Amino acid sequence: MVGSSPTMTPDLCAETVESPMSHLVLDGLTKRFGGFTAVDAMNLSVERGEFVSLLGPSGCGKTTTLQMIAGFVDVDHGGIRLDGADLVSVAPNKRGLGIVFQSYALFPHMTVAENIAFGLEMRDIAKADRDRQTLAAMELVGLKGFADRYPRRMSGGQQQRVALARALVIKPALLLLDEPLSNLDAKLREEMQGELRQIQRSIGTTTILVTHDQHEAMALSDRIVLMNQGRIEQIGAPHEVYDHPASAFVASFLGKTNVLAAAGDGQGAVTVGDFVLPLPGAGKGPLQLAVRPERLTFALAGEAGLEARITGRVFQGTHWLLAAESAAGTLTLMRGNDGAAVPGEGEMVRLRFSAADAALLPAGAAA
Amino acid sequence: MSGVVTQRNAPFLLTGPALLVFLGLVIIPLGMTVLLSFYDWGQYKGIVPEFTLKNWIEVFTDSYFFEIFMRTFRIAFLVTLAAIVIGVPEAYILNRMSPAWRSAFLLVIIGPLLVSVVARTLGWALLLGSTGLVNQGLIALGLIKTPLEFMFTETGVVIALIHVLIPFMILAVWASLQRLDPQIENAALSLGAGRLTIWRRVILPQIVPGILSGSIIVFALAASAFASPAIIGGRRLKVASTLAYDEFLNTLNWPLGAAVATLLLVALVLITVGSNRLIERRYAQVFE
Repeated sequence: MVGSSPTMTPDLCAETVESPMSHLVLDGLTKRFGGFTAVDAMNLSVERGEFVSLLGPSGCGKTTTLQMIAGFVDVDHGGIRLDGADLVSVAPNKRGLGIVFQSYALFPHMTVAENIAFGLEMRDIAKADRDRQTLAAMELVGLKGFADRYPRRMSGGQQQRVALARALVIKPALLLLDEPLSNLDAKLREEMQGELRQIQRSIGTTTILVTHDQHEAMALSDRIVLMNQGRIEQIGAPHEVYDHPASAFVASFLGKTNVLAAAGDGQGAVTVGDFVLPLPGAGKGPLQLAVRPERLTFALAGEAGLEARITGRVFQGTHWLLAAESAAGTLTLMRGNDGAAVPGEGEMVRLRFSAADAALLPAGAAA
Repeated sequence: MSGVVTQRNAPFLLTGPALLVFLGLVIIPLGMTVLLSFYDWGQYKGIVPEFTLKNWIEVFTDSYFFEIFMRTFRIAFLVTLAAIVIGVPEAYILNRMSPAWRSAFLLVIIGPLLVSVVARTLGWALLLGSTGLVNQGLIALGLIKTPLEFMFTETGVVIALIHVLIPFMILAVWASLQRLDPQIENAALSLGAGRLTIWRRVILPQIVPGILSGSIIVFALAASAFASPAIIGGRRLKVASTLAYDEFLNTLNWPLGAAVATLLLVALVLITVGSNRLIERRYAQVFE
């Protein structure tokens, strides 16, 4: 592909939309384990310097994808290209990718400095250079002064930093993160998220993160790749996939969502229970709408709305979570803790939402 | 006795029964054996309970005993070395097998332990004899002209002992391999290390504790093995344990046999504890 003319033939473009500056390209990547298809014809292009998350439930193929990029799992079909060059035929120890493992996989018999210098040593870098780069990497991740410690004597967060420094010191073309924060407690995880993002920005290494934690994916990524059963469900910026889920799966996987049974009249209006809402593009007949709990509001006096009965409420500090029963199904709604009165259990309310807050789910998608 | 269990006496009461068994079955017989080694013995007077150092002087000055002890530890050392060379890669392969194959091969590996020591050793005698399968095979292949001497040689004893003791090495190393982070090889691979480097720099240092404990077991069992040296080594090729046996049951010189047995025990303890200390210090980080 290198050196080919910039104008691609249309049939090539149809399969993979590949901008000329794409850094990493997965092209029809497929992996089967026996009869089980772990990754099914996956296409993805990642720009240089981009932070992309592969997000999905366990068994969705995200880890297998990462392992194919790393070279730990053989590719059945399709290709992986880095800067236009084929990566599949390159041995895993020649790919030069930085990887942070879920368990960190530090070498327990080596000090922090020895762990970090290992990759440099494998590259036959002279001792003086090695020491200098190791020190710089330790400074980058905030581990100055820990050179002679052994990993066992460090906290989870510190071990994580060692793993990151060890992966970054070899100046990898790609940084692969395999659920790197899942072993940390909630507070530390948040801290590390910020730091990880800041480090990635400052060095500009293209990064692929595998995670099942949507908050982590949303906090860190430029783009999220939502995967389910070996297939990509949706690719987009965090707020895009959150606000405009392409499928019921995405809508229900990312955050809380209400899937409402509705009916279209074929002329740009839908009826949800007794609430009629103009929604251009809605077809005729039964359809499904996804509405986020935080986008459901109470109708003012005289306004139209969906009749619902509050069946439960839970206080969560910054907000209330309310459960309500309506003709369109059970709903969850969220009220900010702003001092206003919150309806109690058993009260009847009228709920409304704007057309912009409702995502129309594809026909036939299961709720 | 008041029968009151207090914080103070509870540990003693709880460990008491086991302590008594240990005392009665290990410490007292051992103490009596040590004591016996200082008794006098004569062809016609038998064992005389008089303190004397003559058994110990004999053991330490007679080159006959020195030769036997040297042979014992040479055999034990060679068996241990072979167990490491064969057993460590075997444990590594075992660890990488799929669970179904692994349980099948685990059975193969501990197989020698399931066979009676006499039957197993006689089996080796059949294989290793001058007209045994091994020699016939080698002659048929044209590799040798005259049969190799396995029976009544150290080589034969070493082969038979490797066979039965290698499971201990494999199981010990396998246990330490299981404690490795399953991603650690991938981590080294991603950093650019080749297979051999990964083995030498990452895997091996981490399984040293397993190799050490395997070696201690194998060395101690090889040095004190009785049946294999007795059958394959025969009457001529004596080791410490067969020597002690002969002193006790043939010559009936119990005090001298006791001295040999005590010396074997003390030497074994010194060697294993010493090498343990040495290696633990060298690989301090992986022993935590």
